[in-house]
Amino acid sequence: MQDPNTDVIQGTLDMLILKTLSLQPLHGYGIARRIEQISRGTFKVNPGSLLTALQRLERSGSLDAEWKQTENSRRAKFYSLTRAGRKQLGVETEDWTRRATAVARLLKADG
Amino acid sequence: MSLWRQIIRGVRALTNRASSDRNVTDEVDDYVENARDAHMARGLSSTEALRAARIEIGGVTAVQEQVRQYGWENSIETILADVRYAVRRFRSNPGFTIVTVLTLAIGIGASTAIFSAVNPILFQSLPYPNANRITTISDVGSDGAPLDLTYGTYLELAQRSHSFDAMAAVNIWRPTIVGNADPERLAGERVGSNYFRVLGISPMLGRNFTSSDDVAGGPRVIILSNALWHRRFSADRRIIGRTVKLDDDSYVVIGVMPPTYENVLSPLVQIWAPLQYSAVFGPDSREWGHHLSMIARMRSGVSLSQARSELNSIARTPRTDFPRVPWASLGSGLQLRSLQDDATGGARPVLLAILGAVILVLLIACANVTNLLLASGARRQGEFAMRAALGARRGRLSQQLLTESLLLAIVGGALGMVVAEIGVRALIALSPATLPRIGAIRLDAVVFMFGLAVTTLIGLAVGVVPALRASRAEMNLGVQQASRRTTGANQFTREALVVGEVALALVLLVGAGLLLRSITDLLSVNVGFDPSHVVTMQVNESGRRFQVDSASEDSARYNFFAEALQAVQRVPGVTSAAFTSQLPLSGDFAGYGVHFEDDASTYATGSALEYSVTPSYFATMRIRLRHGRLLDAQDRDGAPRAALISESFAKNRFPHRDPIGQRFDFGPPDGQRYTIVGVVGDVKQSSLADAETNAIYVTPTQWHWVENPMSLVVRSNGNAAALVPTIRSAIRSVDRNQPIMRVVTMDDLVDKSVADRHFALILFEAFGLVALVLAAVGIYGVLSSGVTEKVREIGIRVALGASPSSILGLVLGQGMRLTVIGIVVGLGTAAVATKAITSMLFGVSRLDVVTYLAVVVALSAVAVIACSVPAWRAARLDPNTALRAE
Repeated sequence: MQDPNTDVIQGTLDMLILKTLSLQPLHGYGIARRIEQISRGTFKVNPGSLLTALQRLERSGSLDAEWKQTENSRRAKFYSLTRAGRKQLGVETEDWTRRATAVARLLKADG
Repeated sequence: MSLWRQIIRGVRALTNRASSDRNVTDEVDDYVENARDAHMARGLSSTEALRAARIEIGGVTAVQEQVRQYGWENSIETILADVRYAVRRFRSNPGFTIVTVLTLAIGIGASTAIFSAVNPILFQSLPYPNANRITTISDVGSDGAPLDLTYGTYLELAQRSHSFDAMAAVNIWRPTIVGNADPERLAGERVGSNYFRVLGISPMLGRNFTSSDDVAGGPRVIILSNALWHRRFSADRRIIGRTVKLDDDSYVVIGVMPPTYENVLSPLVQIWAPLQYSAVFGPDSREWGHHLSMIARMRSGVSLSQARSELNSIARTPRTDFPRVPWASLGSGLQLRSLQDDATGGARPVLLAILGAVILVLLIACANVTNLLLASGARRQGEFAMRAALGARRGRLSQQLLTESLLLAIVGGALGMVVAEIGVRALIALSPATLPRIGAIRLDAVVFMFGLAVTTLIGLAVGVVPALRASRAEMNLGVQQASRRTTGANQFTREALVVGEVALALVLLVGAGLLLRSITDLLSVNVGFDPSHVVTMQVNESGRRFQVDSASEDSARYNFFAEALQAVQRVPGVTSAAFTSQLPLSGDFAGYGVHFEDDASTYATGSALEYSVTPSYFATMRIRLRHGRLLDAQDRDGAPRAALISESFAKNRFPHRDPIGQRFDFGPPDGQRYTIVGVVGDVKQSSLADAETNAIYVTPTQWHWVENPMSLVVRSNGNAAALVPTIRSAIRSVDRNQPIMRVVTMDDLVDKSVADRHFALILFEAFGLVALVLAAVGIYGVLSSGVTEKVREIGIRVALGASPSSILGLVLGQGMRLTVIGIVVGLGTAAVATKAITSMLFGVSRLDVVTYLAVVVALSAVAVIACSVPAWRAARLDPNTALRAE
């Protein structure tokens, strides 16, 4: 028997990151963990894709980033949602819900 | 906002590479340690936790690389790296680089320069609104040649035709402006009131002519060109309404044309006045003289052929309300041409030939660049195979090649821009006076980009293909051999290109050779006079100070010329001097109808050039007397009218009779006939290439009126041009207000008369030379890289006992084989292509054997030199070095 597919659905990574950060500011690893936990292990995030996506979202102004000193004197980068990010999350959520409902309805339909 | 952020962040990352790299490393490290901490929290030991974290993240370096690649600044990084690599390569390969860049520069520069010059003349529409509707109309003579229009015909057309919005007749006008500055004779036109409406241009200051200006005895009003307004009136905007003195009359300035107004048909004209011909006139009046040109604007929607057929049907159906005179009966119809054709038609064949020549140069340049890039691409198969083996993707390799080609193109293009700029200036400086629209010639950016794009694209395509082929199928082979050997197909392409180059160069050189022979032949044509030691100037008698009627006007005028001539003859160094109404090869051209006493018809059927000359003209010009006597002082007003006719006229008109004593009417019939007293040699009047024209010489006082201006011709015993200041002051001593113009030696006039052929010759010579050099470089390039590729083979041959001379022969033979094929192809092409310059040839067939032979010899000689360098290198190869070379 095959392992279940844990890839993040294509095109939804940005939305998942934004949603996670709308609860509280986090660093990269924290975001990955949180997505895994909340999805109950359905999605495992690829670190390369995650960090690249964070760069992209930061560049586009959806996220703010801040370097913080951790307790064992490492530098950690914490991301938080900007107002533009919040707006984008709203748009993406609405869009996703609309499409997911449609897919669900299609799958339920019989005959 | 977010775009701004993108740029700022990118620039920051670029300028502070180290810090942005560290940020990525730190973030990834932090990620790994967080993961490790999480595993340790679940009870793994520190080492096991780290291992698990690394497995989870899947390669720290790979993630770092992935994150780093994000952002536009990183593609710039790659491009910059490619550029740096390309520059290093070019610097280590200076021969290749210099030749490629120069070839590009010459090809692009030359074609841009030529196209910039040709474009406004051949392809652009004229600078008037709806210029395609503007036409010129002329009468047609019984011989089918276009003829100036009479005012009578103009009036009939203006009232009967319906194809036109507006029409205007135009007469040449040469007023002299006097005032505080030196007297100056201006080029002007007397025009119908609709003249500027036909062109669609209005004055920038003041008003246009109106129909009330253009009536006999109407107001003396003028419109100035912008240049004249600037030059003579310091661009004073209050000029409108002011009076200007022209030929002793006062004219009121009513308008100034805008600076953008370009007079296409007569670029030198600076001043316009209304025509003011009378509407009612008899058959002997000037209104029935053939001396007007005419422009007309077609109604929108009317085609040239519709307008043409309307004009011809008017010509065929005379109406009693528009009586015609026999010499303007429109029996041969009317000629309608678009203004574009009329203005530029004459220069068209020369320009097309030159355009063709420069296209050949561009083709050769393309072939050469292609060849160089092919050779370089082939040499790099090993390098690309290696890079592909090390994991470079195909896109990455093409990007490298693209960068290199573009770099070459940019440098070549920049240099080409310089070549084009110099070229355009040289063209304007060299161009003959007959070249229309010279003011509109400027560097054409579109053409430049086009030339650059074509050359680059071709070079790119052929440069990329072999290298990519290497990166693909033959990768293993390439790496194994580390070889610089080219494939057979590649070598064939390059040889074919060289053959093409040789062929095209031969075509250009044949063209140059034929033009050179034509000019030599033309300049050795017998002009009928002796141009050496003769200086000429045009003298204008302006103003009518003394006269009350036209007879006393004439005598005052004649007195001035006679006194001026005496003053000039007294100048030391002058051996003889004379006045003539027409100067050979100067552009003067005036003819009148001739009616011999024994002609069957009642009016003139033939015509002849009319020369009013003082008797010393023949001695000064050294025109030979063939028969009878010359004109002398006895042939003056009141005496029986005497005339000399030209030799060919005498032969044609009186083939078996003595022309002496024959009588004829010449010009407006007034009951007094001329008697032929002598026959003189033929003189070329309009051009060296023209056949002989009928000519008649009379004295100024025995012509119907005293011609004005007259040309002074002065023969000296030394350098005639040096006498000009003394001659000028001699004329000024008679009357200081008479302008002197067109000061030129007769030798210069002869040279100028071949100016357009000379112009074409210079360009063909320059292009031929460039083509020759490029072809030589092409041959050299192919052989040279051939030798490099065959070092091992040559080494083996030498080791097996081949003598240096046999190796020399081998390489030379290969080069000469290409040359000979090229020459054969080129000869065939030239035999056809020279049709394009037939109209410029004189006294030489376009298949002239001598020219073709000379070109073949010259081309072969250059080819031998180009071959001998690599051949010599091959012959001196040391087999030891050669065999160890790879």
